[in-house]
Amino acid sequence: TFLPLSLQTKMSRPVQARRLEGTDKNIWVEFVKLAATYSTVNLGQGFPDFPPPDFLKEAFVRALSGENHMLNQYTRAFGHPPLVKILAQFFEKLLGRELDPMTNVMVTVGAYQALFCCFQAFVDEGDEVIIIEPFFDCYEPMVKMAGGTPVFVPLRLKDPEDGKLMSSAAWQLDPTELASKFSERTKAIVLNSPNNPLGKVFSRAELELIAKLCVKHDVLCISDEVYEWLVYDGKEHVRIASLQGMWDRTVIIGSAGKTFSVTGWKVGWTVGPNHLLQHLRTVHQNSVYHCATAAQEAVAQGFQRELELYGTPESYFVQLPKELQQKRDWLVQSLDAVGMKPIIPEGTYFLVADISKFKSDVPDVPDSDEPYDSRFAKWMMKNKGLAAIPLSAFYCGAHKNNYNNFVRFCFAKEEATLKAANDILQKWKWENTRP
Amino acid sequence: MLFASRSFCCLSIRTYQLQTNLLSRSIKLSASATMAFRHKNTRRIEGLDSNVWVEFTKVAADPSIVNLGQGLPDISPPSYVKEELAKAAAVDRVNQYTRGFGHPSLVKALSQVYERVCGRKIDPLTDILVTVGAYGSLFSTIQALIEEGDEVIIIEPFYDCYEPMVKMAGAKPVFIPLRYKNDGNSSSSADWVLDPDELANKFNSKTKAIILNTPHNPMGKVFTREELQVIADLCIKHDTLCISDEVYEWMVYKGNKHIKIATLPGMWERTVTIGSAGKTYSVTGWKLGWSVGPQNLIKHLQVVHQNTLYTCATPLQEALAQAFWIDYKRMDDPDCYFYSLTRELESKRDRMAQLLQEAGLKPVIPDGGYFMIVDVSTLNVDLSGGDEKEPYDYKFVKWMITSKKLSAIPLSAFCGPETKRQFEKYIRFCFIKKDSTLDAAEVILKNWNKQTA
Repeated sequence: TFLPLSLQTKMSRPVQARRLEGTDKNIWVEFVKLAATYSTVNLGQGFPDFPPPDFLKEAFVRALSGENHMLNQYTRAFGHPPLVKILAQFFEKLLGRELDPMTNVMVTVGAYQALFCCFQAFVDEGDEVIIIEPFFDCYEPMVKMAGGTPVFVPLRLKDPEDGKLMSSAAWQLDPTELASKFSERTKAIVLNSPNNPLGKVFSRAELELIAKLCVKHDVLCISDEVYEWLVYDGKEHVRIASLQGMWDRTVIIGSAGKTFSVTGWKVGWTVGPNHLLQHLRTVHQNSVYHCATAAQEAVAQGFQRELELYGTPESYFVQLPKELQQKRDWLVQSLDAVGMKPIIPEGTYFLVADISKFKSDVPDVPDSDEPYDSRFAKWMMKNKGLAAIPLSAFYCGAHKNNYNNFVRFCFAKEEATLKAANDILQKWKWENTRP
Repeated sequence: MLFASRSFCCLSIRTYQLQTNLLSRSIKLSASATMAFRHKNTRRIEGLDSNVWVEFTKVAADPSIVNLGQGLPDISPPSYVKEELAKAAAVDRVNQYTRGFGHPSLVKALSQVYERVCGRKIDPLTDILVTVGAYGSLFSTIQALIEEGDEVIIIEPFYDCYEPMVKMAGAKPVFIPLRYKNDGNSSSSADWVLDPDELANKFNSKTKAIILNTPHNPMGKVFTREELQVIADLCIKHDTLCISDEVYEWMVYKGNKHIKIATLPGMWERTVTIGSAGKTYSVTGWKLGWSVGPQNLIKHLQVVHQNTLYTCATPLQEALAQAFWIDYKRMDDPDCYFYSLTRELESKRDRMAQLLQEAGLKPVIPDGGYFMIVDVSTLNVDLSGGDEKEPYDYKFVKWMITSKKLSAIPLSAFCGPETKRQFEKYIRFCFIKKDSTLDAAEVILKNWNKQTA
């Protein structure tokens, strides 16, 4: 039996907290729904459509079916001991410093929750946080929810050389412009390298520039390094925490989802000095408290295997970037062949492509609130069955039209998916060039 | 150091790195004064760093200690639950992101189960949010709906996270204790009640919400329809929200019925009801929970969720969905896990109560949940040597762990500052434990009696 409507008394006063103001819109909710609605070749949302590595799936099965059924119960709140221990060992080698698994590492529900803990722990009302544009979209609402003020500084695209495809290295910060963004109120800067959506891998020199400013202005660095293993063409991923003066003011964020192609496991971590991590622990114990045990156990075993195979051809950290580099080159070729201009990424599994040549398909609407690339991406999804994400999604409201002729493609996809995308692009070009 | 010669050269960990580290360490020492100030924590987490679990789980981690403290089962989850997880993880797509607000098959299953229980239509996409444990639901609800200037009523004793979560949201917790109301010798959780006048006085124009926990942790109290009506009337009168933590909803013992306050007239629109896979299926390590309520409230929780962790783990949600379908289909059958687990727990409850009584203790027999609180003052253990400020029950539990190798949780951990002294003679035992654990507890309790005789 259902209650009559007359007895449903709604709350008459406004219910939601002010901290939610301006944080309700989310492109993924919209674009994921669209990609699901229209049958598309999905190069939009960033997740692999190929399987996770066998050794990791086996580790998970072992964790689930093993004798230790206590893996279905709570583990240590700040991180399952085998996982924090192996992470500490790994990062000790990578950073060249001693790490205590109990105080220098904390496990989170994906890198997403690690970011949330950082902002909640360190950003108070009135604090400014520098965000480099384009940025992974959650940084802005998270800063706002913490009562902070995002201060944006753009990566600017250098002019192309005639006839040549550009590299993501062509996206650069202007040092003077960057320096001007630091003020007395600057609490932190968010760094994302390798960068989503551009695929840019910040060079040592670029990181030293940022590091100098952090030290000069006594600013924290929240370093989102989830794509740390996905670097191509022999490029080096430099960890800013290893630069002079940076360890004590940096929180490094990582992700099992990206490292091991298991985005659905939602296991992430933070690495940093105890005087910073202690505050992340406080946020964590008052928000989610524990992370799921079995997935942590499996990821620990994955890392154990990688530690043993480090630098060898069998290492997943060698194989995955090798495989993805081939897919990158394949997609670049596909896009270039039809006249979309891809910018070759140095890292991550994303690239952005200039769609100007296809503008005739989607006429400009003057005075439209929606950025051009967003309309283009939606049209492409509905009419061509190819899903990508507009670059404007990674800019703040005021800057959404700065670079509105680009869409982002994810190439962490099976050969069949990339081939299907190629077919769509070829057909599209053919349709456009028909008399 | 095998690595130094081989792989890490590729990563360019050059020798100058060591010199850089030494240099940065000396810079750190001289700059540490300014760094310490600038990198201090935000106001919102000031004073929220201590946590009873971090303290006591560390102490009880010693395997020689019989652990009846933290609420986690040492019994196995049902085999089909584990099988479903193995099945789910074998599907490649299930290892990648799912829908942020809840995996479609899971929210569908939850909506079916709760439609049946509540007797109303529940939209799986707008009326449900899946979170990282019920803990995550509490956090999302409080962050979404509570802010500075608000007051939130918390019934004591309370699950300890309510207070810091309310404070982190900038609001003021207002406490009201359950009071013992019985002349006789029997001690049931039903004897602990709220004083209706005292409760009414706690509501004012600033009151944004009341947090209800039924079945109650740590007391095991199952609020009756009449008791819920008193709370509901006040919520409606003062136009407040109700955050109803019902994680132990299936664990009610004979003679008791779990009633959802959201089903009382006028309450659906102002209530967020929270549930837990960990408690429902004995899988606390899966960390999946959910909030169920009207769209006009859940939509704000969804905004918090999309800005905190975005999505929960896929394989766990898929497995949970399948487990729910299995039990949904047999909700009229006594073999349904929701009922079979409860029967199993009831006999453990009775055994636990008997052991404690035989040891000369006075347990409060719970009507629901899997905790039992016990008055230990009758044992007259003298612990006056220690820290004056530390409540008796904290001292008692620490002493019991070291000298008796048995752990529990001090009840004052579940109380606001004014009420700590009132409850400091009580400790909480968890009885969702396998027979061998309870056997070991029995040995300790029997020997205890002999030693003090």
